[in-house]
Amino acid sequence: MDRIVVVGASLAGLTAVETLREENFAGELVVINAETHAGYDRPPLSKKVLAGGMNASDITLKPAEFFATNRVDHRIGVRATVMDLATRTIALATGEILTFDGLLIATGLRPRPLPRQPVLRGLHMLRTLDDAVAIRADMLGTETMVIIGAGFLGCEVAATARQMGLEVVLVDPMELPMARQVGPELAAALLRKHRQKGVDIRTGRSVRSFEESEGQVTAITLDDGTRLPTKIVVVTIGSLANTEWLQGSGLSLDNGVVCDSFCCAAPGVFAAGDVASWLHPRLGVQMRLEHRMHATEQAMIAARNMLGAGIAFDPLPYFWTDFYDARIQVFGRIPVEHEMLVLSGQIGEPGFTAAFCQGGIVEAVAGWNAARDIRKFSALVGKPAPIEAVTD
Amino acid sequence: MIKIHIDEHKCVGAGQCVMASPEVFDQREDDGIVILLQQQPPDALTPSVRKAAKLCPALAIRLEET
Repeated sequence: MDRIVVVGASLAGLTAVETLREENFAGELVVINAETHAGYDRPPLSKKVLAGGMNASDITLKPAEFFATNRVDHRIGVRATVMDLATRTIALATGEILTFDGLLIATGLRPRPLPRQPVLRGLHMLRTLDDAVAIRADMLGTETMVIIGAGFLGCEVAATARQMGLEVVLVDPMELPMARQVGPELAAALLRKHRQKGVDIRTGRSVRSFEESEGQVTAITLDDGTRLPTKIVVVTIGSLANTEWLQGSGLSLDNGVVCDSFCCAAPGVFAAGDVASWLHPRLGVQMRLEHRMHATEQAMIAARNMLGAGIAFDPLPYFWTDFYDARIQVFGRIPVEHEMLVLSGQIGEPGFTAAFCQGGIVEAVAGWNAARDIRKFSALVGKPAPIEAVTD
Repeated sequence: MIKIHIDEHKCVGAGQCVMASPEVFDQREDDGIVILLQQQPPDALTPSVRKAAKLCPALAIRLEET
């Protein structure tokens, strides 16, 4: 393998680069970075970057010398537009055609817009550093903010905005936002926390229309007729995998790049991070995860497999979310149908931990301000449930 | 040898470092923030420390080659 091209220069892409060199890949390495910044860390964008406690240099993933040290041809501000498996080529937006022996796809996600979402000043989505900087600038000039979509990102932005002193309205069509990720028990506790902190949460509601003046958003109206004047709206209703450039490439695309258990999409072609849908070797289902840790772990395995390691990817998923004084940490995946067994403390109180069991097996453990305990309990995931949960 | 620098301000208490290299890292009891047990661990521990630094989801571990 003489030349490996890595498309996407965020966490998964750069981790793959580092791993390839650590594993003694001596050939040519080209990294295609569609953004104008060198790779940076995204979790702080909705928290400390928005709040002003961190800036671009605090979240840069790799030191400036990384690209030279690892002999990387780093193409910054350049987008890959077409890939062709038959000729093993990639076309760049500059018109250049690159050939590859190995290809690592790490093009990540973009925010999902609302249906017929208008383009207005003050109407934002959040994925990039530039997005966070623009939202922060608008937040500093206003007192009220509307957030549409109460998933993790929307809830984190809401908490940050409250801590900056803004009035926040959080709109979501579900009665219990986040239940899909954390289960109804924790979701209910999270909602109570936001309400205690003064977030005006409108569950079961969606947006009917936007009002604007000279291209600046001025108000939104909800489906129940409520009109909310605001100069800033952030849409956080989920994301879409960036796979359009791979259409017609010969790869299978279905909610991401479809890979086998080894993160392999085609001979010599691998995917990692938010964009990769891989066949979970233990559960036997295609899965795509959008967690920070997952991008690192999957990129390490995909890079090694590209060099022939042959390791099935069977991670213990981990994510966390922070708001106000609360930190929720989850190991594993909380099944929709589950028995919850409290391991310590009380739901929604600091020090709380719980196991989420299905079919007599612990599928996930979650903690609320219980970092040490939850790390220890993470060893329970995949094991038979403690007896109380089975008989519950 | 490597010398380890940790940034408590960035640490999010994920505990991945403790799982990767328990001889070198621990977590505070109250908030789970990282505790560095050895700043210059013996070379035998270097691979596990590198893994810890790579897995850290908060860029809180920096390694200096000495």
